Amino acid sequence: MSAAGAGNAEDGAGAAAIRVDGLFKRFDDIEAVRGLSFSVARGHIVALLGGNGAGKTTTIAMLLGLITPTAGRIEILGVDMIGNRYAVLPRMNFSSPYVDLPKRLTVRENLRVYGALYGVPRLGEAIGRISADLNLTALLDRPYGQLSSGQRTRVGLAKSLLNRPAVLLLDEPTASLDPETAERVRAYLSGYCRETGATMLIASHDMVEVERMCGQVLMMKEGRLVHDGTPAELIAAYGRDTLEEAFLAIAAGNGW
Amino acid sequence: MVLRYAYLLRGSWARIAELAYWPTMQMLMWGLLAEFLAGHSAFFVRAGGVLIAAVLLWDILFRGNLGVSISFLEEMWARNLGQLFASPLRPHEWALSLLVISFLRTLIGILPAALLAIPVYRFSIFDLGPQLVAFFALLLVFGAAVGLAVSALVLRYGLGAESLAWVAVFAVAPISGIYYPIAVLPEWLQPVALALPSAHVFEGMRAALVDGVVDADRMIYAAALNFLYLGGGFVVFLRVFDIARRRGALLQMGE
Repeated sequence: MSAAGAGNAEDGAGAAAIRVDGLFKRFDDIEAVRGLSFSVARGHIVALLGGNGAGKTTTIAMLLGLITPTAGRIEILGVDMIGNRYAVLPRMNFSSPYVDLPKRLTVRENLRVYGALYGVPRLGEAIGRISADLNLTALLDRPYGQLSSGQRTRVGLAKSLLNRPAVLLLDEPTASLDPETAERVRAYLSGYCRETGATMLIASHDMVEVERMCGQVLMMKEGRLVHDGTPAELIAAYGRDTLEEAFLAIAAGNGW
Repeated sequence: MVLRYAYLLRGSWARIAELAYWPTMQMLMWGLLAEFLAGHSAFFVRAGGVLIAAVLLWDILFRGNLGVSISFLEEMWARNLGQLFASPLRPHEWALSLLVISFLRTLIGILPAALLAIPVYRFSIFDLGPQLVAFFALLLVFGAAVGLAVSALVLRYGLGAESLAWVAVFAVAPISGIYYPIAVLPEWLQPVALALPSAHVFEGMRAALVDGVVDADRMIYAAALNFLYLGGGFVVFLRVFDIARRRGALLQMGE
């Protein structure tokens, strides 16, 4: 296990960072994902949108290898994710407000454990750098469980950036952050992708965030991809004025 | 992963104290009983330490099991499985880390009780010499194999099955011959008992303490059985892990 860092030249410029083909996932009698196909070019920031139950979380979990697809193919950085996930997992990472870190460990201990799992070289320096970038230095020796939800979101982001991933999957990256901190985090993430050539797939319900950060939008509904294009194309396709309105138009009928 | 569990232990004196508390209480209680029996039984005059040794060795098995299953449950309680298995950590690496931390937790738990028995009851389990190392290793590995199987059950059926972590190992207690020879069991039950590594260890312990002999055959037999049980525990654990990936359980598991 080694942290290869983002933007490895051997990946081949221009190829897709994420390629999904004919992906299905069935849980007993529920079809969570139905024939999903899309690709994300290297160095791009792409939004994965959809209402509750659209299949976003299941899709991200399959991209991470946490859920085995019923059928279909996933390639990350040219590697078959289903058959050979450990070849590429060191170069990926993720953050989600719904997946916790151990609460009794301090922030520093959590970062050390995950840094070691990802094989991050010069881990102490890496923790110092990412903590300073995300304003976590003063929190390093506090137990994770004693932090506010906004602070936990930043710690999760620090964990996800520790190995300088080439592919970063983020589920609601600015959840629970105040507007000023959220804006700083968006700028930081965009800057990270620009500098390193990393690819980012973001699941978010914040349409302002999506418009600001993402050049491509994948819209899911009931397990299917219903739109793949730029935010402007999505707005135009549904004859609305904003991405928020277009999102509501597509997600309508999902019920509670 | 060993570092993760070491941080957890280091962060709480109560957890460390709890590891040593129960084995020490058990040793004190059974030591008193042994002293009482020594005044009324020729057998216990001759082998006074056998009860104390039995309780200490049983606790190695019990702690070996708990060391694996409780460390596993820590991840479930922390809802941390999603983070762990989105990382390059492989399931068998995690299972191995559970075995290492089980060894450390067992040492922390048993050593104070074993040392306290020396001044209090003038009994040193360390007098068993190299045999003690064999007994320790055999019981620890068997406990860990049970712990892996229990962890697999919790992964399959959720935290509703977590109480199994504490009680499952007691299923082998009556037929392991901890405090009595296997020969006292009903005849039909004796082959079942002899299929357990623990039964051979406790028979070997009595042979050493009562008769002063080293029963190497029993140790070899117990080691072969352990190989099967640990291999089986690994296979079950990895198989259930695959099922958990298919069911999406790695993201859903938690309190």
